[in-house]
Amino acid sequence: MSRIQKVCEQAASQSRKLLVPYIVAGDPDTDASLALMHELVVSGADIIELGIPFSDPSSDGPVIQRGVERALAGGTTLADTLQLVARFREQDDSTPIVLMGYLNPIEIMGYEAFVKAALEVGIDGVLTVDMPPAESSTLHTMLRAADIDTIYLVAPTTTPARAKSIVEHSSGYLYYVSLKGVTGAALIDHESVATKIAELRALSALPVMIGFGIKDGPSAAAMAKLADGVIIGSALVERIATLTRGELPTTAQLREITDVIAVARQAIDTLE
Amino acid sequence: MAKIEFEDIGFDGPDSKGHFGPYGGIFVGETLIAAVEELAEVYAELSKDPAFWEEYNYELKHYVGRPSPLYHAQRLTEHAGGAQIYLKREDLNHTGAHKVNNTIGQALLAKRMGKTRLIAETGAGQHGVASATVAARLGLECHVYMGAEDVVRQAPNVYRMKLLGANVIAVESGSRTLKDAMNEALRDWATNVDDTYYIIGTVAGPHPYPQLVRDFQCIIGRETKEQSLEQIGRLPDALVACVGGGSNAIGMFHPFLKDSDVAMYGVEAGGHGIETNEHAAPLCAGKPGVLHGNRTYLMSDPAGQIMETHSVSAGLDYPGVGPEHSWLKDSKRVNYVSATDKEAMDAFHKLTSLEGIIPALESSHAVAYALQLAAGMSADQHVVINLSGRGDKDIETVARIEGIKL
Repeated sequence: MSRIQKVCEQAASQSRKLLVPYIVAGDPDTDASLALMHELVVSGADIIELGIPFSDPSSDGPVIQRGVERALAGGTTLADTLQLVARFREQDDSTPIVLMGYLNPIEIMGYEAFVKAALEVGIDGVLTVDMPPAESSTLHTMLRAADIDTIYLVAPTTTPARAKSIVEHSSGYLYYVSLKGVTGAALIDHESVATKIAELRALSALPVMIGFGIKDGPSAAAMAKLADGVIIGSALVERIATLTRGELPTTAQLREITDVIAVARQAIDTLE
Repeated sequence: MAKIEFEDIGFDGPDSKGHFGPYGGIFVGETLIAAVEELAEVYAELSKDPAFWEEYNYELKHYVGRPSPLYHAQRLTEHAGGAQIYLKREDLNHTGAHKVNNTIGQALLAKRMGKTRLIAETGAGQHGVASATVAARLGLECHVYMGAEDVVRQAPNVYRMKLLGANVIAVESGSRTLKDAMNEALRDWATNVDDTYYIIGTVAGPHPYPQLVRDFQCIIGRETKEQSLEQIGRLPDALVACVGGGSNAIGMFHPFLKDSDVAMYGVEAGGHGIETNEHAAPLCAGKPGVLHGNRTYLMSDPAGQIMETHSVSAGLDYPGVGPEHSWLKDSKRVNYVSATDKEAMDAFHKLTSLEGIIPALESSHAVAYALQLAAGMSADQHVVINLSGRGDKDIETVARIEGIKL
């Protein structure tokens, strides 16, 4: 059983919602990211999504763009991102790690080298934002052969026929994009989210996580009611902007940053 | 010139999924997939509708001023001392470049789709101006994304767009140039996907853009073919066009791809020289990757980050290229070469002083290469240069580089 499956099944058996924070690897440097990842687990993260820095993040809003720019200013590469996970695994062998990013760095590293390294360092899932299932066959097959979960986005604009094909390609969990727009945008329409999630439920038994636009306890609780878990990215990355490259964050700084996750944890654990 | 050796790949791309061999495709976030697929469906239907093309051709004739002349540049020919040089005068189009052939087509498409809001990205501002122009012509709202660097460098075009009623948005992210403007336009489209049509300015982006932009630009090659037969009694021996994203080049080349005796040269921006790494020549010096919706030759660093490019010409200053060009490169049907900033500047002056035609700095790259090419050919051979735009927009840049205060 994969780490993701294990965590999801455990949560389901306890009727607990999942909490998935997103940070950019190397923002502002990989030592800070490592410390943050461990602190996120302490704050209640079930799975961590780790962003691979890319020069042209065209699906991301301004907050994550700036996080990516900070990581790139420190020279963080895909290879460094994989190395960061290897270091994380020295102390934590149970929290699933999902790499999220754009295709070009993976394409340039080479699919085979990437999948081999991902397996070696203990990556559990891969979500490539700009690689829809129709274009993913080679990488998809290689990831699955390595027992790495393939996670795809489902959007409000996704047609039912397409949702079916995405579901067939997905493993681990489904990532439902709550709104039309980029990461960190506002204005989630609860009713349409509920309808879409119901459609997905009819198609798949995979856990459904909701992301984009969840920023605090109330929004986390509202979305968690509709799904199996929530993903929080921009609200966390915004706080990471307070760190300085080359200076290891203090315990107080780590707590302050991950407080948004601790608050969300509490909110989704006490749903009515 | 030796016989052209190339692999016959049929040249009928793209396939139904938008692939040109291993290139092209649809690489965008899920939110945009439905919009891209809708566009592909609508275009597949409309492109078979004679009434649509009638409307398009009417606009090209009466609004743009087509056909553009094929002009025998006799003094330039004498100067090169070889093949007869002809210029396809896209610089004489309304708005001063080939860009308008595409924006007219896409704006008509947007209108048929019931979209009321147009967005566009622009580098030098030519595509932005061409988009703002047709938006004014058709009474549509228009927002143009432009890198903050380029907004400063191309102030007259910014004002031109504003006069035409467009909203120009300066993009501060990334390298603050064309590629970042394209990222921002994609973000806008994902956010406003219901009422917005994204007019991409070149043969890049996700399927169906590389195909539909090509189709709208093919008027260049079709006219050239007809005019060559009229004026020289046969097809030209060689075609030369500059390649940034590659829309003017594909428009010129595509109608000739199956004419195996016609040699073709796509001229990329060599910047300070290919060996300096400061250039914008992905076909000459890059490798395949994925950016802005398609797989194509790109300028990536070893870690897969998109590199910043350099060219004296803002319109060629882009790290990628249309996927069909990547396919044509691999098949060797088209030869991709480069001209440096300096070579382009020299050609700019030569054409201006010998023919009284001020070329765009983009097109000057094609002129530079064509002069070398023609010199090695005989006087009974013919070279056609696609003069994709006029150089009025560039005179300040040229003056600045040459230390002249206007």
